[in-house]
Amino acid sequence: MYAYDELDRTLINERVSEFRDQVKRRLSGELTEDEFKILRLQNGVYLQLHAYMFRVAIPYGTLSSKQLRRLAHVARRYDRGYGHFTTRQNIQFNWIKLAELPDALSDLAEVGIHAMQTSGNNMRNVTSDQWAGVAPGEIEDPRIWSEILRQHTTLHPEFSFLPRKFKIAITASEHDRAAIKIHDIGLRLHKNADGETGFEVLVGGGLGRTPFIAKTIKPFVHGRDILSYVEAILRVYNQYGRRDNIYKARIKILVHELGIEKFAREVEEEWKAMGDVGLTLDHAAIEEVRSRFSYPPYEKLPHMPDELKQAAHDPLFERWRKNSVAPHKVQGYSIVTLSLKPVGGPPGDATAEQMDAVADLADKYSFGEIRVGHEQNLALPHVAKCDLPQLFKALDRLGLATPNVNLVTDIIACPGLDYCSLANARSIPIAQELTRRFANHDTADLIGRLHINISGCINACGHHHVGHIGILGVEKNGEEFYQITIGGRADENAQLGTLIGPAVPYAEVADVIEDIVEAYLALRDRPEELFVDTVKRLGVEPIRERVYATR
Amino acid sequence: MPLVKQGRITTDLFVHVADGAELPGDGAVLVSAERFLADPEALLRRPGKTGVIWPNNRNLDDLVPHLDRLASVALVFPTFRDGRAYSQARLLRERYGYDGELRATGQILRDQFVFMTRAGFDAFEVKKDADADAFAATMKRYSVFYQPTGDGRVTALNRRMQLRHSESAGQ
Repeated sequence: MYAYDELDRTLINERVSEFRDQVKRRLSGELTEDEFKILRLQNGVYLQLHAYMFRVAIPYGTLSSKQLRRLAHVARRYDRGYGHFTTRQNIQFNWIKLAELPDALSDLAEVGIHAMQTSGNNMRNVTSDQWAGVAPGEIEDPRIWSEILRQHTTLHPEFSFLPRKFKIAITASEHDRAAIKIHDIGLRLHKNADGETGFEVLVGGGLGRTPFIAKTIKPFVHGRDILSYVEAILRVYNQYGRRDNIYKARIKILVHELGIEKFAREVEEEWKAMGDVGLTLDHAAIEEVRSRFSYPPYEKLPHMPDELKQAAHDPLFERWRKNSVAPHKVQGYSIVTLSLKPVGGPPGDATAEQMDAVADLADKYSFGEIRVGHEQNLALPHVAKCDLPQLFKALDRLGLATPNVNLVTDIIACPGLDYCSLANARSIPIAQELTRRFANHDTADLIGRLHINISGCINACGHHHVGHIGILGVEKNGEEFYQITIGGRADENAQLGTLIGPAVPYAEVADVIEDIVEAYLALRDRPEELFVDTVKRLGVEPIRERVYATR
Repeated sequence: MPLVKQGRITTDLFVHVADGAELPGDGAVLVSAERFLADPEALLRRPGKTGVIWPNNRNLDDLVPHLDRLASVALVFPTFRDGRAYSQARLLRERYGYDGELRATGQILRDQFVFMTRAGFDAFEVKKDADADAFAATMKRYSVFYQPTGDGRVTALNRRMQLRHSESAGQ
C-alpha cells in the first residue's frame, strides 16, 4: 500500500475546498451550467439520465480496508446503498445529489480517496495490473511507477485542458492484465540488455468509434526519463491533437493521421529540445516514492497446508479454488479473485454491506488490502493458503464466490441505457440474461476461458472491440439492435474483434451468443483450445456459417 | 473586462488595435500576429510598447526572434476548455526565456488562475468581475504542487527529499 503523507493529504483537501466553491457558485447561478460542466467533469461528476453520477478514483486498483469501508459509507449515506466498479479501476455512484457532493468528497478525503480527473479532458486515473506486487515473475512492482505518474499527472498545469481524455496504463508482467494496448499511453516495464529498468512506450491505443491497438513509439525509455518522455508526448498532443471534432480528438487519431514514424519524430524532437527541466528522476527520488509503499509481513508457510488437503474433498470448494485462486509470489499465499458477476446480477455492482464485509475479510485474511481489476472484480491479494477454506465459506455467504472468473459469465458491461445518457441500448439486461443462459457452472467450465464484453453505444465503455465475444448496442429505427464481433482480445496479443454478421434485435442476442459458443465447442480441436484461439485458427467464417445458417 | 496583473486589478495600459484600424501615435498597443509579422520593424520603431496577440494554433517559431523587443505577448483561450496556450506559455517562459508580460485572454475564469500562473502567465483579462476580485484568494487555494514548472514553486517530491535530508542531518 502507498501511504499518503501530509502533502498528499493537503492537496486532496485543497481540491475538496476548491470543488465546494465551484458547487456553491453553480448553485448560486454565478457559474453557468456550461462553465460548471467542465469543472465538475474534472472532478468525476457526470450528469446522467436520472441523476448526477459520481466517479471515484482507485489509483492502480489498490484499496485499504479502511478506504473500502468509506466507499460503503458513501454508498449508504449519499447514494442508494451500492456502487459500481468500472473497467478503469474506478467506482461509480449513480444517484448522488449535487449539493451533497462536497461532503461526500470530504468524507472520502479523510481516508485519502479522491475523484480528481476521473472524467474530463485531462490525464485520467493511472491504472495498472490488479495483481501488481504479488504476481510471480514481475519485473518489479509497477505501482511505484504508477504512483510517480499519478502525482505527476494530478492537477497538471499544462495538460488539464487537453483535446480529449487521456489514459495511461502500466504493466510489469509478461501477461498483460492492465490492457495497456487499448490506452492512450501504454507502459510495459522491462529491463534492457544492461539490466536497467525502463519502459516500452506504446501510444495511440483506444476503442470508441475508431478503435486502434496502440503502437510502440519507443522500445526502451529509461525509468529516470519516463516523466519527461510522457511530457513530450503530451505536449505534442496538446498542441496538435484535433479540437474541431470530439470524435477525432483522441491521440489515436493524431497518431493515425501523422503515422507512427512521424509522430515519433515529433515527440523525439520535443523531448530533445526540453533539456533538463527538473523531470529526471534520480535514484533518490524513485526510492522516496518506493519507501512509501509498505508490504505485508508474510510468514513462512507451507506450500500445501493440511487445511487445503482436507478441503479438496469438497467439490464446491475445489471448483471455486481452481477458478478463483491464483498463485502468489510468496510461498504459502494466494491471490483470490472475488467475482462481482453473480448469476442474474449487474456486472461490477457491490452493495454497501458487501463492501463492508469484504473490508472485514481483508483485515482478517489479506493484511487489510483489496484490489480492483479492470474486469470489474475485486481481489484479496495476500491470502494464506491455509485460510482459503474459511474464506470460501465467508465469500459464499456474501454471494462473492461465484466460480466464474474469466469464464463466459464473467461479463464486462457498461451501465448502458439503464443509466447512461449516451447509450443507444441496454447492456445490463443482456449481461443478466447471458449469465442465466450459462448459469450451469459445469457447462461454463467446459467452455473454458471466454470474455464477453458489452457496450451500450459506440463509445465502447464495455470494451466490446476487445471481447472474445463483443456485443455493441446500436439503435435502428427506434429499436435496440446489437452488433456482434468475435476474436477480440485486450492482453499482450491485443486485437480487435471481427463482425460476425448482421446486427440482431434485443430478444435474439442471447440465442446468437449460445449458437456462437456451440459452434466453437463443435469446432475446437481439443478441449484446451480457447475460444479466441479457435477463432484465430479458423477465422470467422466457419462460425458465421453455423450461427447464421438458419437465420 | 478587468485586467489582473501582479495579483491586483489594474488599469490596462495596452490598447487592443484591430487589424486595419489606425495605430495611435504613442502608447502601448496590442496587435494581431498577422499585423505584427507584416511589418515588425515599423511597429517596434514607434514610440510606445508593443504587444502581440498570438493565436493558439500557430507555431511560436515566427514569434521567437522578436521576443526580447516585445512588452507583452497575449495568448488566447477561445474557450476555457481549449488548453493549447498553456503549452505555448511554458515554452515562451521556460524554453525561450521570455520575461515580459505574458497575458491570458479569452474565456478566463478563476478556476484557471493557478494553472495559468504555474504555466508562466502574469496578466489576466478576466471575464467576470467577481473572478477578478477573487484573484488573491484563489491563488491561495493550493499549497502543494506535484510538477516542476518554470514558476519556481517547490514540488512535493523536492520538499519530501529536503525533509528527509534535514531529518538525517539532525540525527
